[in-house]
Amino acid sequence: MIELENVAYSYGGGALLSDISLKLAPGSFHFLTGPSGAGKTTLLKLCYGALLPTSGEVTLFGDDVRGLERDDIAMLRRRMGVVHQDCRFLDHLPVSENIALPLSVSGRHAEAAGDDLTELMAWVGLTHRADALPPELSGGERQRAALARAVIMSPDVVLADEPTGNVDWEMSQRLLRLLVELNKMGKTVLIATHDLSLIRAAKSQIQARVLRIANRRVQLAGADL
Amino acid sequence: MSSVVGNIRRFALGDPQSNRVVPPSGFTAQLTFFAAGTMAFLAVFAMALSLASGRLAARWGDELARSSTIRIVAPMDQRAAQTDAALRILETTAGVAFARALDTEEQQDLLAPWFGPELDLATLPVPQLIEVIEEETGFDAAGLRLRLAAEVPGAVLDDHTRWREPLVQAASRLRLLGWVSAILLGVTTAVMVTLAANAALAANAQVIAVLRLVGATDRYIAQAFIRRFTLRAFGGAFVGSLLGLGAVLLLPAASDTGGFLTGLGFQGWHWGLPLIIPVLAAAVAFIATGAAANRALKRLA
Repeated sequence: MIELENVAYSYGGGALLSDISLKLAPGSFHFLTGPSGAGKTTLLKLCYGALLPTSGEVTLFGDDVRGLERDDIAMLRRRMGVVHQDCRFLDHLPVSENIALPLSVSGRHAEAAGDDLTELMAWVGLTHRADALPPELSGGERQRAALARAVIMSPDVVLADEPTGNVDWEMSQRLLRLLVELNKMGKTVLIATHDLSLIRAAKSQIQARVLRIANRRVQLAGADL
Repeated sequence: MSSVVGNIRRFALGDPQSNRVVPPSGFTAQLTFFAAGTMAFLAVFAMALSLASGRLAARWGDELARSSTIRIVAPMDQRAAQTDAALRILETTAGVAFARALDTEEQQDLLAPWFGPELDLATLPVPQLIEVIEEETGFDAAGLRLRLAAEVPGAVLDDHTRWREPLVQAASRLRLLGWVSAILLGVTTAVMVTLAANAALAANAQVIAVLRLVGATDRYIAQAFIRRFTLRAFGGAFVGSLLGLGAVLLLPAASDTGGFLTGLGFQGWHWGLPLIIPVLAAAVAFIATGAAANRALKRLA
């Protein structure tokens, strides 16, 4: 589904990531951890085609990312749900329209997906905030709205960058449960986080693998977390 | 044809959802509207100038080319005889449709602007003028000059080329200047729309990033901007053209006393021409915004 082979990435001067090989199988649940600045976000961006590797090969849904046109990348994004670290929204549109945005940009009308949208809003507990504007939401509500937007197209993969970054423990548990549910529905999930207690909590609910970035490489962390 | 109209209608109405993804931009929108209106207003005048000077050049070229003058400069006692001789020659000249000697009153009218109406021409050795109207084919001026020189020594043929040419040339240049102005106005409109579109694209970088993230194609994003600027340019130019037409209508009508200056305006079907200005402005805005959007989007991931 998402494959990285001997991938390296460097920003201008030094190499940030090097010699990374990674394979996300369908239905798997992965955590990506490591200290701040280790390259978690960069690795996720390589996974959704926002960055091209400096060397090595990234294969998304069977296509080499270097051979993709900008429109191909756009089509790929419709099959992946991305929860951005700072959950960007269109601040002038209400929450419900923001969540339905992936539908409208792909030419499907939000009205047609009305029931799905209502259900999804209820699932993330935002029904009562449907008409609020994004800047009026709390941190946790923003994270949940971002997650709902990421999954409305029923993507094959969900990539989440620090989805519990700005929320308290209880809310992060709630978000985790949502992600675990998605995984049980068969979606591939990759979560970048530096929150080890979140990983421990997940391990009690699901078979999760933990990838750790250290010394510019990705290692499979042991079971001793 | 109907599919073209359909496409334009679909484009103008747009997808209400995609219109909403770009935040409304009140003041900048008004500036674009205003600038397009100003350009269209000026374009109407450039167009009026070009068409009027075109008409002027055609009229001068046409009327003056078909008329000539013969001046009889002779002592008073021979003048009548020479005039008759010249008229006889003209009657037998191929290509001359009509020739007649101007009478004293007409000559007096011609000179009145310089000498005043009180002047008695009989006291002055004023040459006798003969007006010659040509047929479409024209006559052989050199041949006529030779015959006149042989039989009417005091006759001088003036076929007006000497002073007609610079006038026609001036009018043609004026027309060219009008069209060049119209083209410059079009280019300026393109520049202005490009600047406005670039500003809008830069201000909405965050919106574009979000749209890319959720799988919007460049085409979808660009269209939201292109539609906006095209409609604004069209609306502004439409209002500007109407105001321009109104202003041209208010100009004094063409009259003999006003000379060629009052001929500035439109005639007949030319009144419909300014209506293509909004269409051209829309086309220019469409192309300029499209180019700006494609350039800006290529830089974003």
